[in-house]
Parts: sequence; structure tokens; C-alpha cells
Amino acid sequence: MAVRSLNAVRTDADPVISLRDAALAYGDRVLWSGLDLDVRPGELLAVLGPNGSGKTSLLRVLLGMHPLTTGTRRLDGGNAAIGYVPQQRAIDAHAPMRARDFVRLGIDGHRWGPPLFGGRAVRARVDAALADVHATAYADIPVGLLSGGEQQRVRVAQALAADPRVLLCDEPLLSLDPHHQRAISALMDDVRNRRGTAVVFVTHEINPVIDYVDRVLYLAGGRFRAGAVDEVMRSEVLTELYGSPVEVVRAGGRLVVVGGGEAGPAHCADEEAPA
Amino acid sequence: MSVLHEIFNFSDYGALLVLVRNSLIAGAALGVVGGLISVFVMARDLPFAVHGISELSFAGASAALLLGVNVVAGSIVGSLIAATVIGVLGVRARDRNSVIGVLMPFGLGLGVLFLSLYHGRAANKFGLLTGQIVAVDTPQMSWLIGTSVVVLVALAVMWRPLMFASLDPDVAAARGVPVRALSAVFMIVLGLAVALSVQIVGALLVLALVCVPAAAAMRVTASPRLLPLLSVLFAVASMLGGTLLALGSAIPISPYVTTLSFLIYLACRGIGAVRLRRGWSRRPGLAAAPARAYSTP
Repeated sequence: MAVRSLNAVRTDADPVISLRDAALAYGDRVLWSGLDLDVRPGELLAVLGPNGSGKTSLLRVLLGMHPLTTGTRRLDGGNAAIGYVPQQRAIDAHAPMRARDFVRLGIDGHRWGPPLFGGRAVRARVDAALADVHATAYADIPVGLLSGGEQQRVRVAQALAADPRVLLCDEPLLSLDPHHQRAISALMDDVRNRRGTAVVFVTHEINPVIDYVDRVLYLAGGRFRAGAVDEVMRSEVLTELYGSPVEVVRAGGRLVVVGGGEAGPAHCADEEAPA
Repeated sequence: MSVLHEIFNFSDYGALLVLVRNSLIAGAALGVVGGLISVFVMARDLPFAVHGISELSFAGASAALLLGVNVVAGSIVGSLIAATVIGVLGVRARDRNSVIGVLMPFGLGLGVLFLSLYHGRAANKFGLLTGQIVAVDTPQMSWLIGTSVVVLVALAVMWRPLMFASLDPDVAAARGVPVRALSAVFMIVLGLAVALSVQIVGALLVLALVCVPAAAAMRVTASPRLLPLLSVLFAVASMLGGTLLALGSAIPISPYVTTLSFLIYLACRGIGAVRLRRGWSRRPGLAAAPARAYSTP
């Protein structure tokens, strides 16, 4: 395994976001229950699991957009403390905005009335956020004309512009090529190192972020397991979660999950899809 | 020559100008409203909804004409019913288009029915579909200006969250923007703006005012400040220009307005194409990189 920036986690600090004895169910179907989760400043948590295991629902719970069935959610600083990076989805080519205007939405896009004051200060924050994600070169280009990877950087800048304490990312690497996957992952790592932002990263591919992840929360089959990568990403742990034989193979710093049967980890095919 | 004379006739221009003072004021107000609302019509991909609303607005206006009540009020009621139905039943784009496709012929049919039953001045009938000739009387005027003010205030208050919700609904919702409520409120504001436009350019030609200005402006700018300014400029220019050109003739103002706005759109498209070819998306310091085509962002 490559270098891991464990020192970024401020273990002594209070958690930014916590769940206590949390459960989420749709009717009779329980996605997960008894979940205790603390995310601390500077921590990078990867949420893994097959489709339908409740990863995105967990993120919506953390965002406060979906109520828990039981249990409590605590967010230090309220919703203003959240930055949200959604799934990569192309922004309309004719969207009437430049990259910098798109970033600005993260600062005052939710405010009512015409923008009367603070133009200069807002502009400085936008510039800083764009510089953080190395997007200054295309700040003035219409956001719809940027490539997928560039748009995703701009989305990260938008989320960071509000100076959030926690960054919630829903499959931010989906449909990006390996080069951009690495770039965005490195960016997340950089952000939590320098700003102490907690990062929750929903993904079904751990490999692009494996060097940066502090902890994994693996959801499958109505159960979950949380811990360091080496504690969770093991054959016996995943076999127990899925209730069917699963093998985790390590190869060259990467993890290959090989599932058995239909109940197995459907995502393994994606993980091994050639770049 | 005589056809041309019928289309452009500037004799006694000064005397006529005094008569259309009201129309010019109404046209300018409508240009401001149309120019601003069209920004969101484009950003939210609603041109077809505008067309659907305008047909029901037409039905409402013709019902009012038949009943002998205020035509602007009738048109507003029709618009609001259409906007509410489209807003409630058509949250997703696919549903919305089918709802509009169903609603539109029904509205137009109702309008035709009411007009057939109406035995007043024929010019009134025709005007609702294709626009007034010149005259806007004073009671109509106060309705037009009053509704314009309501629309403009609503847009000023919700401009930023509405733009956020239009371009990036998921993130806007996460940041606490009431996306669904804004969508409903916007449909109502749009309904009002459409009802206004129906009075001047007619139900069939509303899109010239409530879609084309921003569609043209978006071709030449992506600045969120310049876009509404240019859009308003285009809309006011085509409204006032159309009114002034139509003045001496017996033809409704709509062909003049629609032609002007179409020409503006063509010009903007041309400028936009040149700009893209020269590299709108070129990064400073990477001047040698080829410009990316519009269709492959």
C-alpha cells in the first residue's frame, strides 16, 4: 500500500457528523440498522457496497434530505456545514454560466433577493476555491463546454466554496476516466489535509481512493461493517456480510473482490473493468 | 409595390405615433418581462410549456370576450389553470411534454368554440391568436403594467435560488433551496407573463417574446449578468421596433415582432458560431489547443 495520510485525522476533535443507533427501512425491507457512525475532521470515509445496499440513502440521510427510520443524526453546524458533490452528470452545454458563476452558487445561490453587497469578498472566495481544485485556467469558460473531469472539479470547488466542515460525495468518480478518477481522489485527500474537512465518499470502486481512505463502511445484505481497509476488505468479512462466498484478492496495491453467486458483490465486475 | 406599401407605410407617421403611446409603453414593459422570464424558460427547458400555457390563455381570453368581461383577466385565469396543471402533473420532463401535448389542442379547441359563439368585432377574435394591431386601451394598460410589476418583483426575489434549482436541482436541494416549491411558483409567474404576451403578440406567437430573446443571448454570452441584460435588450428592441414598423399598416404587429426577434437570433447564432470556432473554451496558456465543438462538451 502506498503512503497514507493517517495524521490528517484529528482523532481528538469532536465528530463533525454522527449517527447513533440509526436504521433505515423501506416498508419491511431494512437497508441497515444499529448503525453508529462518527466522522471526524480530516477523516476520509469510503462507503462501499453493492447496488441497492443503501449507500445513496445513507448519504441522503447525512444530507438531511431523508429521515431515519429510527435513531438520531447529529450534524455540527447544521446544513450550512455541508458541501455536496453529486454523481457526475454532464451539465447542459448551454447552461448560462461560466465555471466561476457555477462555483458561486455554492456561496450565495440559495439566497433570496438580488445580490446587493459583498461582491468583492464573494469573488475572492470563488477564486480561492477554483485555485484549490486547479481550475483557475478555465474559470471564465461556459461550464457546459468543460469536459466531464473539469466539470467534476468545478463541482468540488462549488462544494468547497462554502467552506464546509464535511464534504459528502455521491459516486464522484462514476463515468470518469482513470486519469480523472486519480485526480479527483487526490484532490479530496488534499482538501482534508489542508482544510481538515471531513470527507464521506460513496463509491463502488475502492481502488481509486484506496491510498487515501482512513476507514471503510461496507453495506451489504442489510448488514454493515466499519473499520480500516485491512479490517473490512477481507474474504471472511465480506463472506459474512453477503452470506455467500466472497474472495478478496490483493494485487499490486489494488483490491479485487470476487463474488460467489447472485447474492455476491455485483460491483466486482466494475472494479475490474479494464481502464 | 402595393404589397410592400401595405407592409411598410409611414405616411402621417407623427400623428399615428401619438395614438400608440400606450402600445409603446406596454411593449416596453412586455419586453422587460419577456426578456427576463425567457432566461428561465431556456434554463429550465420550458419552451413547449410556454406554448401549452399560451393556448389555454387564449381559451380564457376568448371565454372572457364571449362573456363580455375583462379579456386580460380571462387570459390570466386560463394561463394560471394551464400553468398549475402542467406544474402538478408534469414534474418530470417526459410527463410534462405529454401533459402539454394533451392540454394544448384542448385549449385551442375551447378557444375556437368561444370565438365561434362570439358575434362582436372580428378583429378582436383574430387579435387573440395573432396579436393586436395597435390599440391598447387604458383599462387594459393598467392590467398589463400591474401584472408586469408582479412578475418582475417575483423574479427579483427568487432569481438566485431559481437559477440554482434550474441548473443543479440536487445540489440546490441539499443546500436548502425549496426546489419543488420554487418550481410551482415559477410556473405561476410564467403563466402571468404568458397571459401578458398573449394580449400583444397573440397566443400563437408568444414564444417570440418568451423564448427567443434568451435563446439568442445564450449564444453570445454565458455571463449571468450580461445574459438577462442582453435578453431584455433583444426583447424590448423587437417589441418596440415591431410596433413602430407596423404603425402605418393594417397588419398586426406580430409579424414585425417575430421577424425582428428571429433576425436577432440569427445574428447571435452567427456570432456564437464564430466565437466557438475561435475558441470560446480556450484556456489561457493553452492557446494552441483546438476549440472544443459545442456538441461534445
